Amino acid sequence: MTRFPVAMLQMILNALRDLAPIILVIAFFQIVVLRQPFPDLLSVLIGLLCVIVGLTLFIQGLESGLFPLGEALAQGFAQKGSVTILLAFGFCLGFGTTVAEPALIAVAAEAADVAAEAGAIVDNDRARITYALELRMVVAVSVGAAIVLGILRILKGWPIHLLIIGGYVLVTAMTVVAPAEIIGVAYDSGGVTTSTITVPLVTALGVGLATSIRGRNPMVDGFGLIAFASLTPMICVLAYGMVAS
Amino acid sequence: MTDFPRAFADALLSTVLDVAPIVVILLLFQLVILRRKPPNLRKIAAGSALVLVGLALFLIGLENALFPIGKTMARQLTAPEYIGTEGLVADVDWRDYLTVYAFAAAIGFATTIAEPSLVAVAIKARDASGGAVHAWGLRIAVAVGVAVGVALGCFRIVTGTPLPWYIIGSYVVVMLLTFRSSRTIVPLAYDSGGVTTSTVTVPVVAALGLGLAAGVPGRSPLIDGFGLIAFASVFPIISVLGYSIVASWLSRRRKSKLPEEA
Repeated sequence: MTRFPVAMLQMILNALRDLAPIILVIAFFQIVVLRQPFPDLLSVLIGLLCVIVGLTLFIQGLESGLFPLGEALAQGFAQKGSVTILLAFGFCLGFGTTVAEPALIAVAAEAADVAAEAGAIVDNDRARITYALELRMVVAVSVGAAIVLGILRILKGWPIHLLIIGGYVLVTAMTVVAPAEIIGVAYDSGGVTTSTITVPLVTALGVGLATSIRGRNPMVDGFGLIAFASLTPMICVLAYGMVAS
Repeated sequence: MTDFPRAFADALLSTVLDVAPIVVILLLFQLVILRRKPPNLRKIAAGSALVLVGLALFLIGLENALFPIGKTMARQLTAPEYIGTEGLVADVDWRDYLTVYAFAAAIGFATTIAEPSLVAVAIKARDASGGAVHAWGLRIAVAVGVAVGVALGCFRIVTGTPLPWYIIGSYVVVMLLTFRSSRTIVPLAYDSGGVTTSTVTVPVVAALGLGLAAGVPGRSPLIDGFGLIAFASVFPIISVLGYSIVASWLSRRRKSKLPEEA
């Protein structure tokens, strides 16, 4: 345990290095470009301290908690040998982590405002709430489906680029026919679905599966689950926009 | 900051609520279906608790220190009074907004470097590739992609050009680069598109897009404010593929030079 303080100090220094760019950018634009003093410097410094300690703890917990958890699950499923259960788990994980995602709730509410403004739905509170809720469900189901597809790909060893490029072609074709007001929302929905807890867990699961299945390579087959999770929401939201209008 | 304990409790509670569905699903499958305890359960539980506390501290710090300044800054830099386009009704010159593009690129780069999910993927990629993928190389490549993407996205909002042209155009670039890249980097590159837009990047970039769309004459925040996240998710794919192509080209050139010197 004598090495513990040294390791901790090293991790805090790493976190500081990760945050240095953001501090420099904000300080530069605040002082040199906008020529303003920092409002409430003390609370900014205390906040920064929280960010640094928080990032240090998060990364420490990642290596001792989330990564082993994802790997243990992958091993457990590989030993159990039931594809159905594995896929059911993948769907639940994708759906469950997305449906309550705060970034998605915010985007869905904005999208409902856009749709009401554009006249695609009736402009009252009830129609907006229904629209936002349906949109969230569509995105959550599509992320669940994405993880299922991604796990199937790992099991079968399908080449990822054909699936992703096929998805791009589909997005392009749907963009031509989808109503204009849904396009910006649909394109953004791909980016907001992957949260800070889901990403490490899903990545560890994918790499763990690829490692425990014979003939699969962790680099070639293990990555890619996140890629599906950011592509299918675009397709499903475009489809929803076409159906809803 | 006297109400710190309360703010921390709130942040911790909302993090726990966010994580609750994951915990329920994990417990259900682990205990009911797999019926097997993971070998090092105590260590995993302790690590997961660290993740929760760390994330809550991280978020509360961001909310108190960086987001307010970042968002105010985004508003000030995009305000018509600052740009000097006050009173104009239409036809802004895209060159009036050079400071905004510079800020967009700088903040896109900086927030991506601090993004915890990217750190996670970079660590995993380093371990899975046996050290062939450098964690820092990957993170810088992704951050450069986000920087270019967000700056270009701001240019699009200012000029009011259609979003699909840019996104579909960058899909074509992704496809072309995919066929030039090594098979081992492609899945990682595709993943890096999704992980960049998370806790740190989305709030600041979204504030920038909304401020810009509200400030530029003739743009509506509702219609034109969307799209920056999409830029920030596609361009890292291009930059990571590009980085791997350049890196392998350089190492080939170095190898072919060595025998001559010997």
